[in-house]
Amino acid sequence: MSAEPYDLAVIGAGAAGLAGAVHAAGQGLSVALLDDAAQAGGQFFRHPAPALKAGRPQALHHHWSAFRELRSRLAASAVDHLTGHHVWTVTRDGDLPWAVHALTGADGEEQRPVCIRARALLLATGAYERQLPFPGWTLPGVVSAGGVQAMLKSGLVLPGRRIVVAGSGPLLLAAASSLATAGARVPLVAEAAGYLGYARHPGALAANPGKLAEGALHAKVLARHRVRLSTRSAVTEVHGTDRVEAVTVRRLDRDWRPLPGTGRRIACDALAVGHGLVPRIELATALGCATRQAPDGTSVLVLDDRQQTSVPGLWAAGETGGIGGWQLAAVEGELAALAVAHRLSGRPAPARVRELRRRRDRMRRFAEAMGAAHRPGPGWTHWLQDGTEVCRCEEVTAGSIREAVAELGARDARTVKLLTRAGMGWCQGRMCGAAVACLAAGGGGAAASEERRPFAVPVPLGTLAALDEPN
Amino acid sequence: MARNPIELAGARPGPPFEITFDGRTVTALPGQSVAAALWAAGILAWRTTRRGGRPRGAFCGIGQCYDCLATVNGRPNRRACLVPARPGDAVTTQQGDGHER
Ligand SMILES: Cc1cc2nc3c(=O)[nH]c(=O)nc-3n(C[C@H](O)[C@H](O)[C@H](O)COP(=O)(O)OP(=O)(O)OC[C@H]3O[C@@H](n4cnc5c(N)ncnc54)[C@H](O)[C@@H]3O)c2cc1C
Ligand code: FES
Repeated sequence: MSAEPYDLAVIGAGAAGLAGAVHAAGQGLSVALLDDAAQAGGQFFRHPAPALKAGRPQALHHHWSAFRELRSRLAASAVDHLTGHHVWTVTRDGDLPWAVHALTGADGEEQRPVCIRARALLLATGAYERQLPFPGWTLPGVVSAGGVQAMLKSGLVLPGRRIVVAGSGPLLLAAASSLATAGARVPLVAEAAGYLGYARHPGALAANPGKLAEGALHAKVLARHRVRLSTRSAVTEVHGTDRVEAVTVRRLDRDWRPLPGTGRRIACDALAVGHGLVPRIELATALGCATRQAPDGTSVLVLDDRQQTSVPGLWAAGETGGIGGWQLAAVEGELAALAVAHRLSGRPAPARVRELRRRRDRMRRFAEAMGAAHRPGPGWTHWLQDGTEVCRCEEVTAGSIREAVAELGARDARTVKLLTRAGMGWCQGRMCGAAVACLAAGGGGAAASEERRPFAVPVPLGTLAALDEPN
Repeated sequence: MARNPIELAGARPGPPFEITFDGRTVTALPGQSVAAALWAAGILAWRTTRRGGRPRGAFCGIGQCYDCLATVNGRPNRRACLVPARPGDAVTTQQGDGHER
């Protein structure tokens, strides 16, 4: 461990963190880039381990060349890329540098505690998927849509041969087109929203032709593989005893309430499902960073026009400031890097800042319009049966959560958690948080869950105890 | 048109190796996680839940849901979607929190 703190520590090596790290190094800053994975790339640019010797990694990525460029700039830079570092908390004493605490290893189980110090911090931790439960969603073979993408992109595997894709958001089209390209049959993509939602924001659409082109690209792949897309539809039940055998798809009204008499059964051996993404911001909320509710219903960090959070010295980029995709993430990472360099060196900010801000604002507007269109409707809770498990870890059913709300007077996710243990398990409410927050608020829709957790990853007690020792 | 992901990505990994799942032999490719190797063998569940004893496997695929916990070489609670498969690994179905039995 070096005694001299870095100028900047970047947490997360996805599009945002990579861009942030290489541009900060380009400005002459000393940079540590920490990520839990063994390779840079984050979610979008996830790719096979070198040992799989993939000759055509670009076959699963529309924008592989952009990643190749970031990766070679990283290799040519002086950035210290710390792979396999699971950051569990960030602390700061007065004016001293930030202390970034991490556990090491593929799954953090090597448990060698590490502390990195830096004068400024860039949080680029990305997102995880928003899930809404429905009967049967815990059966093996039901996998998150992003998870199917991730396992395919990194391990070159599929969970089945006939895979229904369902939920809401642009990730469904990306997942369906990768699955079909990789040889799976995709009998249906069921999208709960009506894509017409975008038409209400023609300005944001017209200013982002690239995003439309991307959608059109997926549409072309789906058409070539004869994949059907049904809007205003959802998988409301999964059938099977030990694994997925079929799903029931129902039509939805505008509020996502299933229409009676519209159910049809589709045979399949896997289901890929997701309802948008949730920013991973717990490291920041633990430090007291201000949040706001984005149009998609998630809780995101409040940032100033140069990507700084409400806590001085802490910047954020990418999905942590609101879901927006990898291009926006890369622009924000660069902008944050220039802002940090300006702050630390006192040199005037380069003229490029204005151009980056313009691009960021344009892409943010589009992302927010898209997020609003895919925001869960209040009727989704009608998918639930009393016996449906909402919390996967603690096996807490919709019935017991409703009882806590109706009979025991719980009004928020925290009280529901204390009464039922929903959200108290290993994942700390990441999978059930959105659903529990809605049920606690007494209805559906997309109430933002708190995104407050004591630690970003589970921490062994010995490591906690060692924190108090001077090092 | 690609029939499978390996062909699609033009992958030419080194020789496959063996791991076991509940005693049965499973073939893995260098660079795959334990979860990926199990999926490739058609295995989707390698844990049973603490209360209901129901089967679970990988769900989020990115280390966030902890549904994929497996016992690997006698050590419980390893996230199979993150842990790389290594020759000779013995993976067993994790019952509950993995500390009983
Ligand atoms: C599972 C999943 C699959 C996705 N697939 C696609 C897709 O196919 N197409 C698409 O357009 N978009 C996809 N997305 C959307 C994706 O969020 C963005 O496109 C893009 O990756 C955002 O870039 P980012 O840099 O903000 O975050 P990310 O790319 O998510 O990068 C964040 C990085 O930070 C790391 N990290 C987070 N917390 C910690 C911590 N505490 N300690 C250490 N490291 C940490 C993460 O492991 C990750 O590597 C996916 C999202 C998810 C969640
Ligand atoms: S599949 Fe979610 S943690 Fe491994």
